Amino acid sequence: MNTLSTTVPLSSLGIGSICQVVSLNLQGLLRRRILDLGMVPGTPVQCIRKSPSGDPIAYLVRDTLIALRSEDASQITVNLTNQY
Amino acid sequence: MNNSNRDEHHRFLHEHFGITTRLGQFTVALAGNPNVGKSTVFNALTGLHQHTGNWPGKTVDNAQGNFTYLDHSFLMVDLPGTYSILAHTVEEQVARDFICFGKPDATLVVLDATCLERNLNLALQVMEITSKVIVCVNLMDEATKKNININIPALQKELGVPVIATAARNGVGLDKLRQGLYEMSIGSCIGTPRQIKYSPAVENAIQQLLPNITRVIGPNLNPRWVALRLLDGDQAFIKSITSYLGLSLIYLQEAAV
Repeated sequence: MNTLSTTVPLSSLGIGSICQVVSLNLQGLLRRRILDLGMVPGTPVQCIRKSPSGDPIAYLVRDTLIALRSEDASQITVNLTNQY
Repeated sequence: MNNSNRDEHHRFLHEHFGITTRLGQFTVALAGNPNVGKSTVFNALTGLHQHTGNWPGKTVDNAQGNFTYLDHSFLMVDLPGTYSILAHTVEEQVARDFICFGKPDATLVVLDATCLERNLNLALQVMEITSKVIVCVNLMDEATKKNININIPALQKELGVPVIATAARNGVGLDKLRQGLYEMSIGSCIGTPRQIKYSPAVENAIQQLLPNITRVIGPNLNPRWVALRLLDGDQAFIKSITSYLGLSLIYLQEAAV
């Protein structure tokens, strides 16, 4: 873990940026769903593209492209990293 | 199973799952994430001997097919493609309920060789419910193209259940799959699925719940799995237990919380 890295909401990531999941501030069904797709703390995530309106946003997680609403992505805290 | 149990189970499958088994026929559940080639495996094994309908009371497709291996007949039930059996979409409930209450003689979990990590989630979840699991790592040809090398014996050792590599669309590995399903169904191959170990707090809570769960549920379900669902506060599952087994676990849940 890079102790100097900053934690930001996943929704704030620019296209092409890579980060690592720190925590999910989600509850219930959505939390379960996100975990089931393999987004657990420590998982590398890359922002791939955003829809014209900026919502939803496509992320690459474990070689799979996942679209998230920006509202939900804002509840996922990540560390900015430049390496896997 | 003795004869009266078998008749009862036959009726149960028909009533709850719309499944008609023939005398002495084994049932195999087919699970897997979406897009892992599950249907290809299903078609390759059952050929034209299949029919589709709906799960009773659900707007979810239910495909069933037959195949024969060494003079034994198998009914394969194609479950909806899901990433999990813990969230509560209708598809996931159908898949979970059949694996839990339909008591298949074997559950085949199909994984995508090109993204094993994400797929193993479902395999581990199924392994928490039943020990009669066979893992099929499909799309091996795709993996080879992507220079992904999978150590099947090592994976089998880690999981504690048979792992069979296939490229179903080319027919590769299907015979081994049939053989594996046969050996598990007749009981000559017994898996010891690796169980997820939780935090000490959760493990302690499980231990406290087990005696009561075992007393109430009897041999119907895996008690550890039921304890986990109670701790999860999984209302939908508790409802399922009531409707399939006619048992109320409400007071057990109160004890859990």
